[in-house]
Amino acid sequence: MTPHAVIDAVWRIESARLIAGLARIVRDVGIAEELAQDALVAALQQWPESGVPRNPGAWLMATAKHRAIDVLRRNKRFESKRAEIALELESRQEEDMGNDTGDALLGLVFTACHPVLSPEARVALTLRVVGGLTTDEIARAFIIPEPTIAQRIVRAKRTLAEKKVPFEVPAGDELTARLSSVLEVIYLIFNEGYSATAGEDWMRPSLCEDALRLGRMLAELTPREPEVHGLVALMEIQASRVHARVDRTGQPILLLDQNRALWDQLLIRRGLAALERAAKLARARGPYVLQAAIVACHARARTADETDWGRIATLYGELARLMPSPVIDLNRAVAIGMAVGPQAGLDLVDALASDEYLRTYHLLPSVRGDLLAKLGRAEEAAAEFERAAAMTRNARERTLLLGRAAACKKP
Amino acid sequence: MRFMMLMIPKGYENAAPGTMPDPKAVAAMMKYNESLQKAGVLLALDGLHPPSAGVRVSFAGGKAKVTDGPFAEAKEVVGGYWMIQVKSKEEAIEWASRCPGSDNETIEVRQVHEFSEFPPDVQEAAAGFPDLKA
Repeated sequence: MTPHAVIDAVWRIESARLIAGLARIVRDVGIAEELAQDALVAALQQWPESGVPRNPGAWLMATAKHRAIDVLRRNKRFESKRAEIALELESRQEEDMGNDTGDALLGLVFTACHPVLSPEARVALTLRVVGGLTTDEIARAFIIPEPTIAQRIVRAKRTLAEKKVPFEVPAGDELTARLSSVLEVIYLIFNEGYSATAGEDWMRPSLCEDALRLGRMLAELTPREPEVHGLVALMEIQASRVHARVDRTGQPILLLDQNRALWDQLLIRRGLAALERAAKLARARGPYVLQAAIVACHARARTADETDWGRIATLYGELARLMPSPVIDLNRAVAIGMAVGPQAGLDLVDALASDEYLRTYHLLPSVRGDLLAKLGRAEEAAAEFERAAAMTRNARERTLLLGRAAACKKP
Repeated sequence: MRFMMLMIPKGYENAAPGTMPDPKAVAAMMKYNESLQKAGVLLALDGLHPPSAGVRVSFAGGKAKVTDGPFAEAKEVVGGYWMIQVKSKEEAIEWASRCPGSDNETIEVRQVHEFSEFPPDVQEAAAGFPDLKA
C-alpha cells in the first residue's frame, strides 16, 4: 500500500471524530474542518517518511490542536472566548475523549444537517464532515462539477458561522424536529444512489452505502430513537434489492419482476432486526418506521404472489394520515390495485389525476398505464407509458417505460 | 465494497472441543467490535467452535465423504470472521490493523465478490437459481 492510500483510509475512519472533537473545542464546524484538513496535510507530508503513527487518530488530533492554538492567537473571532477555549485545549487529552466523543459526533451531525442550510448544502456538508468523503468524491457521486460542491461546502460553513448556529445536541422537542432534518439528509443521499434523478445510470450503489454507513452510525449514537432505526431498516431492506433491480445492461427491473434469489439476505435480516428495534421502543409509528414496515412486507414474501398487499395498503393509509402526500396516495392506489383489483386502483389514481404536484410526476402516468394494461385497455396504457417516458429525467427509466409502451402495442 | 476479515488463531487447529477464549482478550475484542459498529462499517461477525468439534466433507470421486475433526493436515484454521462494508481495500486493511490481535493471531482480509463482477455466463447461472428452488 502506498502511504497516501493508508492516509486516505485513516482519514475515512478518523475524520468525523476528529472534526467533531475540534468543533466542540472551537465551537465552529468550518474552522474545525479546516484544522482537520491542516492536520491531514501534515500527515501527507510527514507519514511517508516517518511511517504511520501507532495511534493515527491521536496524532491527527494533537497536530490539529497545535494549529488551533496558532489560529486562536491570530483570529479576532475568538477574542471573547479565547481564555475559555485555551483552557479546554490544554485540559482535554485524547484519552479522556472516550465517552463524550459520541456527543461531539452527534453535535457534528446535527450541525451539518441544520435547517438553516438548504438540503443540498446539508447533504454536501454531511458527506464531507461526517462521511469523510472528499469534495471530488461527492462531486462524482452527484455528477456535479467539483467547484460547485466545493463552493456549496464553503457557503454552508459560512452560513453556520454567520447564523451563529451553536455546536450542540438539541434537547427535548427540538431534538425531534432537528432529528427529522438529519434523517431527511441521510435518506436524500440514499435515494440519490437508489434511483438517481439524473445521469445515465439508474443507481449509484456507493451513495447507498455512504447513506447506510451514516444511518448505522446514527443508530449507535441515538439508540433510543425509533425513527432512526426505522430509517436504517428502510435503507437496509431497499439496499438488499440493489443487485436484482437492474439487468446486465443496466436496465431497471420492477420490484415484482425481480429475481428474489438475488436479494441480499444479510441486509434483509439487518433491516428486519432494525425494524424490530424500532418496534420495541414502543411509540406510535413514525413515517420511516411505516415505510420500513412496507418494504418489509416485500422482503418477507418469498415470491411476488405471496405479497401481503392488504397490509401494504393499510400501512400506506396510516402513512398518508401521518403525512398527507399525493405520492403516498398513489402508492396506496397501487397496493389497492393489487389487493382488490386494477379497477379499484384505477379509480383511486383517477381521483388523484388533477393533483397539482402529481402533474409533473412521471410515476402517475406510469401507474395508470400499468393498471390500464391489466384491464386490457392496451392502447390507453401505451399512451400513458409514453407520457411517463417523456416526463422522467432518467435515461434508463425512459427506456424501460418506452419498452412497456411498445409491449402494449404488440397484438 | 465488502470485505471479510478472517481471524486465524495459530494453535486453534488443535484446540480441544469447548475451548473458550480468554475473558481479557474477549473484552478487548468487544471494544474493537464496538468501534466497527459505531463507525457503521460492521455487517456481521461470528466466532467459530474449534475444528476438533467440526467435520470436513470432501468430494473425491464426486462422492461426499465426512471426516471428523481435528484435521491432521490443517496448518491454519479460521476461528471467526467479520464482514465489513468500506470504501476501499486500504480501509479494510486499516480496520484489520486496529484489531487487538495477539502474537499467535493473523487476520486474512478478503474482498467479497459483488454480483456485478461476475461475467455474463456466471450471472446467468446464478440467476437460474430461484427457478430450481421454486
